[in-house]
Amino acid sequence: MAPAQILKELDIDFMSKRYIAAVLSAVVLLICLASMLFRGFEFGLDFTGGTVIELGYQEPVEIAEVTGTLADNGFPDAIVQYFGSSTDILIRLPPVEEGEAASAQRSDEVLRILGEAAAGDVELRRVEFVGPQVGEQLREQGGLAVLFALIGILIYVAVRFEWRFALGAVAALVHDVLFTLGIFSIFLIEFDLTVLAAVLAVIGYSLNDTIVIFDRIRENFRKMRKGSVIEICNRSINQTLSRTIITSGTTLLVLLALYFLGGAAIEGFSLALIIGVLVGTYSTIYIATAMAVWLGISKQDLLPTPVVKEGEVVDDRP
Amino acid sequence: MNHYPLWKNLLILAVVLVGLLFALPNLFPQDPSIQVTGARDNPVTDAAAAEIAAAMENAGVPVKDVESLEGDKLLLRFTTPSEQLRGQEVMQRTLADRYNSALTTSPDLPGWLEALGAQPMFLGLDLRGGIHVLIDVDMDAAVDQALERYAGDIRTELRKQKVRYLTITRDAGRIAVRFKDAASRDEAQKIVRREFRDLTVDTGEEGGSYFVYAALPPQLQEEVKGFALEQNITTLRNRVNALGVAEPIIARQGERRIVVQLPGAQDPARLKELLGATATLEYRLVDTEHDVQDALDGRVPVGSALYRERDGRPILLNRRVIVTGDQITDASAGFDQQSGSPAVFVSLDGQGARRMRNVTTENVGNPMAVVFIESRTVTRMVDGEPVKERQRTEEVISVANILEPFGRRFQTTGLDSSEEAHNLALLLRAGALAAPIEIVEERTIGPSLGQDNIDQGFRSVMIGLALVVVFMALYYRVFGLVADLVLVVNLVLIVAVLSALQATLTMPGIAGIVLTVGMAVDANVLIFERIREEIRNGSSPQASIHAGYDKALSTIVDANITTLIAAVVLFSFGTGPIKGFAVTLFIGILTSMFTAILGSRAVINLIYGGRRLKKLAI
Repeated sequence: MAPAQILKELDIDFMSKRYIAAVLSAVVLLICLASMLFRGFEFGLDFTGGTVIELGYQEPVEIAEVTGTLADNGFPDAIVQYFGSSTDILIRLPPVEEGEAASAQRSDEVLRILGEAAAGDVELRRVEFVGPQVGEQLREQGGLAVLFALIGILIYVAVRFEWRFALGAVAALVHDVLFTLGIFSIFLIEFDLTVLAAVLAVIGYSLNDTIVIFDRIRENFRKMRKGSVIEICNRSINQTLSRTIITSGTTLLVLLALYFLGGAAIEGFSLALIIGVLVGTYSTIYIATAMAVWLGISKQDLLPTPVVKEGEVVDDRP
Repeated sequence: MNHYPLWKNLLILAVVLVGLLFALPNLFPQDPSIQVTGARDNPVTDAAAAEIAAAMENAGVPVKDVESLEGDKLLLRFTTPSEQLRGQEVMQRTLADRYNSALTTSPDLPGWLEALGAQPMFLGLDLRGGIHVLIDVDMDAAVDQALERYAGDIRTELRKQKVRYLTITRDAGRIAVRFKDAASRDEAQKIVRREFRDLTVDTGEEGGSYFVYAALPPQLQEEVKGFALEQNITTLRNRVNALGVAEPIIARQGERRIVVQLPGAQDPARLKELLGATATLEYRLVDTEHDVQDALDGRVPVGSALYRERDGRPILLNRRVIVTGDQITDASAGFDQQSGSPAVFVSLDGQGARRMRNVTTENVGNPMAVVFIESRTVTRMVDGEPVKERQRTEEVISVANILEPFGRRFQTTGLDSSEEAHNLALLLRAGALAAPIEIVEERTIGPSLGQDNIDQGFRSVMIGLALVVVFMALYYRVFGLVADLVLVVNLVLIVAVLSALQATLTMPGIAGIVLTVGMAVDANVLIFERIREEIRNGSSPQASIHAGYDKALSTIVDANITTLIAAVVLFSFGTGPIKGFAVTLFIGILTSMFTAILGSRAVINLIYGGRRLKKLAI
């Protein structure tokens, strides 16, 4: 009667479809990679440098009017758009071109011009200015952060489990990161610092899932006398399946709340995590586990190593 | 079976109670307040409190409370923001000459909570509004300036010792002194070695001239850079303090950067103007002997230099400076008694005052000029590479005949507006920057956006929490309710830890809390699924509970440690807002392990422990 019964005794043969999944993943990842290479990203201000100004007007305001006022006053390249409502606008000034003075003062100029045009009827909501040097550093640091997170995790899993598992786990993480980044590239969704933070959180979350299944596989290897590697993996995935679905479910619930209620500033962040949670669940089964199987995990690898007693050492000297 | 010893229950209870206590301050409303500090040399005494209270009463502004704070400060509490603003007006109208006032908010905590040191969470600028700027200090210029100083000292020393040299130049990070013959070169080398022990000295010959080279050794360069950064921080702090912002943060970041954060500040243009400017004054005699027209044609007399007045008229000034900005000890803005035009009142140090008196005594009746010097650094992109450039403007702001010898204090007029007078006085007072700076990042959040962010963040946490709570209760029934209880306790603990550590809560930080709410139930889900499995395998209810908790433990720890790794990496690489996310994620993982493993077990034990059970509501 309770929903508890639904997931009670599942016995899905996940592993038999691992080749189809591998092909599917490979194709999708190729598309993601191609998009990242040829299409690139819609990098946010944090990475490109430049200026973003958010203004709130008392009355609805015409974009064309604002653009015109700015163009007349020396900002022909300002991009103006609505932000959330017709009384809120977002003005982007591109990073400064060759020969122009790149200074933090440009936003003040824009504020002064628009303040005069609107006769003081405009409220400053937000100014963000990032200089070219800072943007470059943030890009570099971001890449390094992802790399270090992956290395740290590789080491931890290798120590706690076994190198085949560690490689499987990291392959799954790389898969999730590439997939999430790929979606942001394909749909040209703005990629800023908070999205990068979300990608790192995805790494943490996706690993959570992977560890839970690996833990069960290890336990079953030690417990189940019979059964092939494939059977044991299937059994483990099924046993942890309801947990996987419920945790992903509750996490998705709060992420959806965050996406719809959290405001525009963290929309990209929640979206990256939503994608990450969905793909992380898939990759745990079809990338992490499948890869560990493919690398040839066996019962012996996970049984506690028998301690070699003293005196039993074979003396092989002639 | 399934019974916790009393001490364990008490320990968990104690942690929860302490958590509640430290989370409590966040429930109290924030009073709009004004923080009052003494303007220069004007201490805030008990009399000040009475004086300010009287001024408020006169103006009809109701004050809720007046408190004295640590470090000679007063806090005026108001009931509404509009009363706070009126109060600020009263302060500025009637008491501005003696007290600085800054708008702030202050939680209305009962005395006993305050005595415990409990405070509400420290909100980041994206939540409370304010200005954040990241400043880059030009370290090469700092080293250059040091070299310049040494070059001057070497010149003086060589003259004093009567060693003849041809030129002293600076190139490629070293000082080159040129000599006609080897004998004076060797003599000079000895002197430089003896008098400037911290420089590395070298000699050379080139094109028939003899050289002594002096350079800063790397260790000295580091010292110079470190000093420049410290000095700049001090100067910026002085400038920022004069802006009247409560709780400004001015801190070093990395090798060459300074972060300035001004919670609640509203005017980024004014801040940037003040931070970046290196304005100073110089007093010079006007050269009345030579013709300006000749100088304009390119024949500038030796000992004079060509300047421009504000309206563009050229003027010849004596090269020798009477007094520079360094010798100014105090400056304040005001109005000229006679003309009513904006003026800056300047006080000089002993040396400057002496020189000023001597020069003006000798030159009564002659004109003297005041030069206003301002420089700022800008970056230009040349061939895709950022290149730093310093722009220096020098203007003669006033020329006046010396009527009588000047003393230690005098006034300077010729400024455009009273705001300019105000800024100049502030800059003169705060001292000069040791090295040029440039603003490389700015984030300003208006107060309305900050409040919107708080509201949106709070709403997403609450709705996310509600969704998870309902789901868990439906799916796991009694056990679900237990998971819900510990989830709420977890949230309280996160808030408590954040409040106690006074870690900065940012919008991504709130996102981290929301994410933790979603993920925190994971531990309980793992445990409950295990318990169900054990029941299916035919274990007794009590044994199932026991085995469920036991077997899930290592999985939970493993899974959480990997997320902790990600949080630590985020923290060490992230800046500002990202750090906020990493902090809440980190704290959330630790508290959720405590509540989900120990907390939920304690409650389950209290409900089911030591009883004969046929069935579990799971």
